[in-house]
Amino acid sequence: MTFSPQLEARFEKLLKSYPPGRQRSALVPMLLYAQDEVGSMTDELIDEVAQRVGVTPLQVNEVLSYYSMLHRKPMGKYHVQICTNISCLLNDGDKLWEHACKRLGIGNKEVTPDGQVSLEEVECMGACSWAPAIQVNYDFHHFITPEKLDQLLDSLTKKQ
Amino acid sequence: MADLVKLTIDGKPVQAPPGTLVIDAAKTAGMEIPAFCYYEGLTLQAACRMCLVEVEKMPKLMTACTLPVAEGMVVRTETPEVAAARKYMLEFLLTNHPLDCPVCDKGGECELQDMTFRYGVGESRYTEEKVHTPEKQYSPVVFFDAPRCILCYRCVRICNEGLGVGALGVVYRGVGSEIAPNKGDHLECDECGACIDICPVGALTSGIYRYKTRPWEMTHVATICAHCADGCRTTLGTRNNQIIRGNNRDRSGVNGEFLCIKGRYAFDFYDHPERLQAPLMRVDGKLEEVSWARALEAVAQKFNGTLAAGGSFGVIGSNHTTNEENYYLQKFAREVLKTNNIDHHRTGDVAALLDALSGKEAALATAADLYQRKAILILGADLALEHPLLSFQARANYRHHQAHLYAVTPGPVREDKYSVVSIRVGGPAAKVGGDLGVIPGRDVGAVTTGPGAAPVGGPGVVPNPNAGAPSAPGPRWAPVTGPGIATGDPSGFCHPHNVEAGPGDYFAALEHLRERLKAEPELVIVFDDSFKGQDIKRLVEYADSLGIPVKYICLVDYSNSRGALDMALTPEFLPGYQPSGQPGMRVDEMLAAKLDVLWVVGANPCKAPGAGDRGPGFVVVQDMFLTETAKLADVVLPAACAYEKNGTVTNVTGEVQRLKCAVGAMGAKPDLEIMGFIAREMGVAAALGPWLPDLVLEEIRATVRGYDVPAPALAFGAAQTRPVNGRPSSETRPELVRSEHNGLFDSGTLGRYSRVLNSVLEKRLSR
Repeated sequence: MTFSPQLEARFEKLLKSYPPGRQRSALVPMLLYAQDEVGSMTDELIDEVAQRVGVTPLQVNEVLSYYSMLHRKPMGKYHVQICTNISCLLNDGDKLWEHACKRLGIGNKEVTPDGQVSLEEVECMGACSWAPAIQVNYDFHHFITPEKLDQLLDSLTKKQ
Repeated sequence: MADLVKLTIDGKPVQAPPGTLVIDAAKTAGMEIPAFCYYEGLTLQAACRMCLVEVEKMPKLMTACTLPVAEGMVVRTETPEVAAARKYMLEFLLTNHPLDCPVCDKGGECELQDMTFRYGVGESRYTEEKVHTPEKQYSPVVFFDAPRCILCYRCVRICNEGLGVGALGVVYRGVGSEIAPNKGDHLECDECGACIDICPVGALTSGIYRYKTRPWEMTHVATICAHCADGCRTTLGTRNNQIIRGNNRDRSGVNGEFLCIKGRYAFDFYDHPERLQAPLMRVDGKLEEVSWARALEAVAQKFNGTLAAGGSFGVIGSNHTTNEENYYLQKFAREVLKTNNIDHHRTGDVAALLDALSGKEAALATAADLYQRKAILILGADLALEHPLLSFQARANYRHHQAHLYAVTPGPVREDKYSVVSIRVGGPAAKVGGDLGVIPGRDVGAVTTGPGAAPVGGPGVVPNPNAGAPSAPGPRWAPVTGPGIATGDPSGFCHPHNVEAGPGDYFAALEHLRERLKAEPELVIVFDDSFKGQDIKRLVEYADSLGIPVKYICLVDYSNSRGALDMALTPEFLPGYQPSGQPGMRVDEMLAAKLDVLWVVGANPCKAPGAGDRGPGFVVVQDMFLTETAKLADVVLPAACAYEKNGTVTNVTGEVQRLKCAVGAMGAKPDLEIMGFIAREMGVAAALGPWLPDLVLEEIRATVRGYDVPAPALAFGAAQTRPVNGRPSSETRPELVRSEHNGLFDSGTLGRYSRVLNSVLEKRLSR
């Protein structure tokens, strides 16, 4: 499997960042970066990363099925993650979640038919002071209300 | 052991070596601390929280399975607080655990059941619906029932560490966690079933045993596996004269708890529909069932008639029959039939090794040596597939004692993952001893004259292009050369980036190997049939030149291949490798010679296609099945299998162990009894002595060199036969030595009749 030169360079650096024999420590960051480039955890990608860090594909599977940020199926171009943990919940995060589901017509870890937006209900992402918070790809958005969410989604779909 | 750590457990003073875990220290003092995830010999998990104990001056309860002993430590294992903690842990474990104990295979021998009983978790406060997922079949052998699983990771660890396979893992998290197989929805592994036996609950069950019986309804008989030469003890669970399961949970025998698919499940040939249950006799050119009396009479008459007429006899023995049967057979041949035409299929040149070791003491390794010695050199064999116990021992040695492994093999082997040096030599097509290149008598780096630079050492040498190269084919995460030990990773996986590049040049790689071996304090050399005759002599000279103590294991194929050699089913020797003086014919010569009588006991020499022409002679075959050879016979006598008789067998390392009759044979008789009956019918029984296994064993112990093993050792376990010192001084025939190299799912002719061996996917993948 071939990756972009930037990703290859990143892998190279990651594998050298750990003491000899501990290369498997690079697994999670490698998977995250690879997912950004490939789109999802394909079987081919799993085998490739397994070989590079020196573990079995099954061990990679153990890790990626544990972490919710790693997906076996491609998510939308904009992956909208809504927190419904305690602080966000107290600030109507659950209503935000329901609104998003209704507006987009999709549920947890589902993608809109055009492949643009996907939704995920996530656990605390450390933005309690600005609850309710959501995350779109790697960007945080704070103090979100249903109206703000609508605006945000509109702007995302307009961007295309 | 001067510096033992002193501590107190439950008010009792206990001493233990530093580094001992509290759970083990307590066990040695006779106190059981319950645990699900802790398992002796595997890495620590500390997942189940059952082993919590109270330790003075420690603020919280501690897990005894991860706590090393310390001087003056005061541990209490059964206080009300501890009992309460365990009770609540059990309540947690039972939240989703189904209460299907009445139908669960594990019911009655379930650790979760025992603990629930002990800590009295009679009721649950959980009223929610239990999470249920349907059970899954991962292979013909392995079934997984997720709700029963308590996530102790024992199966994952035994597969990864113990077997070096790594076919099981845990995917998802929290309440959704599940044991997953390596190929998505199915397993591709050794199918050994270790994961099933080690499971403390009924989450993993075997396709062979599930829903067949309750454990307490079985009778357990400890006997020796009938397949390969490793001689693992398998404890057969029998009921109503049927074998229902095999395992070795009591860790008796040379194998401890280890068994491969053959020992655990491949006993099923015993009730194969094609088992012969009555003697067959050729009447009008066709084999017909006859009574034992008629068949024995016909054989005895023919034997006596041929003797009287001065006719010729040939006797072919087996790699599976017991020592007693082999001894009696060769005595029969030599004393009654007056012939040295006796042979069997030889699978390893033990005679040449004993010859080469003349005058050396303690030079033959046992299965235990592979676990204890500091360094092991594997030559030729793919140990993990052909000798799973020896491979397991070496792997455990690496994990527990950081033993150094060296592998010089034609193809990739499992040992590559944790070997210090692995070298690929000789193509699979040219697996000749000389190719292995460790043979002295030539300077390393020398080349043959003529074209090319083939290593010297034997005919048909094919230098392997991958020799010494760090990126030979094979599992991609397994480097060929690498300091596996440097990783300290008990799973043995080693990252390719760490691989110290071995010398790329073939000869430099061999020289590198020699230097590494010289630096070892001791060594066990395991070699297969790629070394025979003079090559073994050179190998011993090579080992001598290292200047360190070396022990050897000469690999042979089947359950009593070693015993067949020791008991002299060979024309050139008498029992105990005494020269026979007048060597008779070998197997191939007997088959070609058109003898008047050919007597085949438990062997299938006419297996090869085209061997169908048997000539005019009279052929008597004793076998369990109508094999290619039996089909040619005039009389076929149905023989009992190894699980239907008593006796002793000698394993690949020369350790004698007892077979114990587990079930009765229907119509068939043990070979020893058949031979005795033939002798009685001939009127020569007195000359041969009684045909009772124990009495024949007494004679063997009294007369066969090396077999005067102590009776108590034999009664309870394995006794290694004493190495024979003094040259066998007889011409051996190395060209007759040929190993079948049966993998995990093959077992010669016998393997054809095992349903389980033929049902697994890996058999078709021909691993």
